[in-house]
Amino acid sequence: MAATNLTTKTFALPWLARALDWLSGSGIDRIAGGLAHALLLPLLGIGIFLLLWSAGAAQVQTSLGQLPGPAQVWEQGQRLWAEHRAERGREAAFSERLDERYEKAVAAGRSAEDLAKIRARRYTGNPTFVDQIWTSLITVATGFLLASIIAIPIGIVCGMNAAFYAAMNPLIQIFKPVSPLAWLPLVTLIVSALYVTDDPLVSKSFLTSAITVTLCCLWPTIINTTVGVATVDKDLMNVSRVLRLGWFKQTVKIILPSAMPMIFTGMRLSLGIGWMVLIAAEMLAQNPGLGKFVWDEFQNGSSNSLARIMVAVLVIGFIGFLLDRGMLMLQRRFSWDKDAILR
Amino acid sequence: MQSFLKIDHVGITFDTPKGKLEILKDIKLDIAQGEVVSLIGHSGCGKSTVLNIVAGLLRASEGGVLLEEREVTEPGPDRAVVFQQHSLLPWLTVYDNVRLAVDQVFGRTKTRKERDEWTRHNLALVHMEHALERRPHEISGGMKQRVGIARALAMEPKVLLMDEPFGALDSLTRTHMQDSLMEIQARLNNTVVLITHDVDEAVLLSDRIVMMTNGPSATIGQVLDVDLLRPRDRLALAEEPTYHHYRAEVVKFLHERHDKPRLVSSNPPQQEPRALPLAANG
Ligand SMILES: Nc1ncnc2c1ncn2[C@@H]1O[C@H](COP(=O)(O)OP(=O)(O)OP(=O)(O)O)[C@@H](O)[C@H]1O
Ligand SMILES: [Mg+2]
Repeated sequence: MAATNLTTKTFALPWLARALDWLSGSGIDRIAGGLAHALLLPLLGIGIFLLLWSAGAAQVQTSLGQLPGPAQVWEQGQRLWAEHRAERGREAAFSERLDERYEKAVAAGRSAEDLAKIRARRYTGNPTFVDQIWTSLITVATGFLLASIIAIPIGIVCGMNAAFYAAMNPLIQIFKPVSPLAWLPLVTLIVSALYVTDDPLVSKSFLTSAITVTLCCLWPTIINTTVGVATVDKDLMNVSRVLRLGWFKQTVKIILPSAMPMIFTGMRLSLGIGWMVLIAAEMLAQNPGLGKFVWDEFQNGSSNSLARIMVAVLVIGFIGFLLDRGMLMLQRRFSWDKDAILR
Repeated sequence: MQSFLKIDHVGITFDTPKGKLEILKDIKLDIAQGEVVSLIGHSGCGKSTVLNIVAGLLRASEGGVLLEEREVTEPGPDRAVVFQQHSLLPWLTVYDNVRLAVDQVFGRTKTRKERDEWTRHNLALVHMEHALERRPHEISGGMKQRVGIARALAMEPKVLLMDEPFGALDSLTRTHMQDSLMEIQARLNNTVVLITHDVDEAVLLSDRIVMMTNGPSATIGQVLDVDLLRPRDRLALAEEPTYHHYRAEVVKFLHERHDKPRLVSSNPPQQEPRALPLAANG
C-alpha cells in the first residue's frame, strides 16, 4: 500500500521537494541531479525539440505552403490573442451603443415592447480561439462531472456486492472499448429526439459533446472505484468488525477512505480520456470548441492555417497537462495518500 | 469455579482446493480473569486461527468459545484485537484512530468531553500523548504498535487478544513494549491472550504458556505454568534458575519434540494434507 511508500516522506523540506518534483515530473532522480534535473534538463529537452522542429519544418512543403516552424506558430498564437482582444473590443462597443439607444428610447417615451426588443439584441460575432477554449473546458467539465457522479456510486456498489459486479462486468467490458466516434451519431440522434424545448437552457451541440465525453469517462472511474472498494485491506475490515461498525459507518469510515486513492486514479484517467474524446467529438460533429476550431482552420486552408492548427495542438496538450495536474492537486488535497506519485 | 474465558474443544476445518484440511483439533483451555496466557508454536500451526476464533472473526467448525459463559458468535469490542500489522487507519491521525474506537464503544455512555479525555488517557498510557495529530505513516513501527494497543485498551475489553504484537519491532523497542505491557496489565488487571514466537517473551510475560503441536490438526501439546513473582524484572530474572528452567522447557518442547525435519513455513506443511473423506460431511 502507498502508506508504506518510503521514497517521499515528510522529512526535511517537503514543499521544496514537491516543487522540484513538480518541475521535473519525477522524484526518483532528485538526489542525483538536483537542479539540473529540476530545470536544466527539461529546458534542454524543449530546446532540442524546437531546433529539430524548425529544421525539419523547413524541409516539408504542403499544399498550404511550407510547414510552419516555431516562430510562425508563436506569431499566429499572438495573432489569435489579438483577434480575441479585438473581438472583445467590438463587443464592448456594441453594448455601449445599445445602451445609448436604450437610453434615447426611454427618453423618447417608446413603448415597453420596443424597449424590450432593444434589450434583447445580442452581439453576434464569431467565437474566437479563446472562446472556443472556454467552450471546450466547460463541456469537458460537464461531461466529466456527470460521469463521476454516475460512475463512483456504481463502482462502490460493484466493489461491495459481487453479484452486482458479476451483472455489470460484461456491460463494462463491452462498452469500455467503444470509440467516441461510434457513440457520437447515436448520441446526436437521441439528444435531438429527446431534448426538445422551445427555450433551451443549453444548446444541443453542447449536450451532445458533453454526453459523448461522459460515455467515455465512465469506465476508468467505475473500474478503479470497484477495485479500490473491493480490495480494502483485510486487517482494516477486521478492525471494523471488532468495533462492530454499522454498514453505513463502515462504508464512510473504512471503505471509502481506503478506496479514495484508486477513485482518484480512475477519475484522473477519465479526465484525460474525456479531454481527448472531446476534441474528436467537436471535430466530427462540428460542435463549438477547440475541435471545431481545428477543423475550420483545416477547411479554411489559408496560408496561416497550419500554424494556427499547431497553436491549437499545443494549447490542447498544455490544457490536458494542466487538467491532469489539477486532478493530482485535488487528490493531494482530499486523499490521505499524500505519497501519490507525480507523473 | 467457572472459567472466565473457555475455549471448549475447538476444531476448525478449511475448504481448500485440495479438499478439506483440518487445521485445529480439540483445543481446550480455561483462562481466568486477569490471567496472561501466551500461545507458542511453530509457524503455520494455527495460533492466529485460535486467536481469530476467540475474537469471533472465524467460526469454529467444532466446539466453541465461551466468555463469561456466553458463547462467542461474532467479533466485538469486548474482545479487542491487537493485530500483528498494527492495522491503524492510515487516513486518520493517532488521536482519531483511538477516538473512532472510543466513540463506537462509549458513544452512548460517555459525553463528548469524557470520550476526549478517555482517548487522551489511553494514549498517555502508552506514552503517545506527544503525537496525537500525526498520521500512521509519520510515526515509527513501535509507535504504531503502541497506538494499536491504546486503541484496544480504550475499548475496555474483557479480553485483550494480541497476535505477535511485537514481532515486527527491533529488540530494543520490543523490550520497552514488553515492559509497558506488563506495567499496564498490572495496573488494569487485563486478561490477555498473546501469540508469540519469542521464548523469552513468553516466559517473561505469561502466567501460563500454551505450547501447540505442529499442524495440520494442531492441538495443545503442553501447558506450562510460569510461577514467577510479579512485578517481573528482566534483569533480575536473568539470574534466576527457575526462569531458565521455564525457558528450557519451552525450548525443549519446540525443538526436540516437535521440530520435525521440514521447512518451517506459514504455508500448509509439505507433507500430504490430511484430506477428510467427503462423506464425513454428508
Ligand atoms: N482461510 C483459510 N483457508 C485455508 N487454510 C487456511 C486458512 N487460514 C489459515 N489457513 C491455514 O491454517 C494454518 C494455520 O494458519 P495460522 O495463520 O493460524 O498460523 P500461525 O500459527 O498463526 O502461523 P504464524 O506463526 O506464521 O503466524 C496455515 O497452514 C494456513 O495455511
Ligand atoms: Mg499468525
